[in-house]
Amino acid sequence: MQEHRMASAPDAEQELARRLTEDAASRKNFLRMVGGVAGVGALAGFVAACGGEQTTTTPPPPADTAVSTEEEPEPEEISKGDIEILNYALTLEFLEAKFYADVIESGEITDKALAKTAKLFGDEEQEHVEVLIDTIKSAGGKPAKDPKGNFEEVIAGGPEMILTAAAVVENLGAAAYLGQATRIKSPEVLAAALSIHSVEARHAAALNTAAGFGFANGEPLQGSIPDGPFAVGMDMAAVLEAVAPYLPKKS
Amino acid sequence: MSESRLMVPALADVQVEGLTRSAFLVRSTLAAGAVYGMGAITPFVGSAFGQKGDEGDIEILNFALTLEFLESEFYKRAIRDVKDLSGDVLDAAEQLLEDEDAHVTALETTIKDLGGKAVKAPAFNFGDSFKSAKDFLKTAVIFEDTGVSAYNGAAPSIKSKDVLGAAGSIVQVEGRHAALMRSFDGEQATVGAFDMALDQDAVLEAVQPFIKE
Repeated sequence: MQEHRMASAPDAEQELARRLTEDAASRKNFLRMVGGVAGVGALAGFVAACGGEQTTTTPPPPADTAVSTEEEPEPEEISKGDIEILNYALTLEFLEAKFYADVIESGEITDKALAKTAKLFGDEEQEHVEVLIDTIKSAGGKPAKDPKGNFEEVIAGGPEMILTAAAVVENLGAAAYLGQATRIKSPEVLAAALSIHSVEARHAAALNTAAGFGFANGEPLQGSIPDGPFAVGMDMAAVLEAVAPYLPKKS
Repeated sequence: MSESRLMVPALADVQVEGLTRSAFLVRSTLAAGAVYGMGAITPFVGSAFGQKGDEGDIEILNFALTLEFLESEFYKRAIRDVKDLSGDVLDAAEQLLEDEDAHVTALETTIKDLGGKAVKAPAFNFGDSFKSAKDFLKTAVIFEDTGVSAYNGAAPSIKSKDVLGAAGSIVQVEGRHAALMRSFDGEQATVGAFDMALDQDAVLEAVQPFIKE
């Protein structure tokens, strides 16, 4: 038995690698999965279906916070608070997407590998923008407008300043999502936010490395993993203050 | 069959899979959220609650603990056994070992604080992963990517805000680890614009070959 498992390890690796690389993420791939089978729909079904069970296994919630535990074919409403968080995330994604677009357009990044990474990350931020807009709309909310970030000063500073700013912005993005995770009420919105959060973390780590914050000459790695084993979130006020320099000057 | 409010095609793959036993707990979390308010993000669940933790949460924490054991043991053995492990990759392996060990300790402490019993580390078998630095990186990428998807898959079922905060804090670090290992392996940092959520069965299936009976 054990030997069989040993022998099967590479297959399992391949299978997982395939799942992780092929099943995940590309927008086209997602779009092909349109239809009644959407997992979030199934989740809502579960949650609703389990309503009756809840009354027998857990005490009923306090009256003023309670959602009725019977006769509830309707899914949970996405709360105003969740829509607000989604719009906050959207604002940050707009800024990130604009940042990469402006940087690429400037032609300041001449290193080929880095330019490729900037294009990839920029495309991914754009996908986040589109998905957040769709999510907000389908939850009955009104998507925030693009704040039209202004990155002229950063870009004028040349490649080094651009890389540093990219790392800063991505680390902020990761911290911003983490800061909201426990505030999100809908499990569906939470799942969506988390699926973006870890991508922002990947971006941040890659850019920290590229910006020279870690790995070179046996330096400690706090650049790529700046908070140590436990990442620290930031609240909205702190994040908005940090991105303020990139917002267009009010005239 | 009721439909979700969120019919966003692009997120179809970010589904919250495997919400069976714990599904109804999510529901009470919605109500509980209003009671507990928004706790600060803290990696450790204080014993301040003074009450027994939710069984589903403890189960999720134990599941995460098993994955952290796997990662920790993997880096420990890699540092010992991979002959051509050197330079930045060796530094990274040592750093990641430290991080995974910290996750192990935090999870064990949290489980105990919640009144649960932390699982023991199973025996692992990493096959040919240590034949070379290249082989090591390939398996490392799989473990880190799987770790990200495992936490992302479990998080929406977590009842306690503090446990959720801890899971979020750890998953971000797993994401950073994944990016680093992928870059050493010559790959881009991301798998796509959205990290997939995997349920426990899918994760177990992925790591089962590395666990001895």
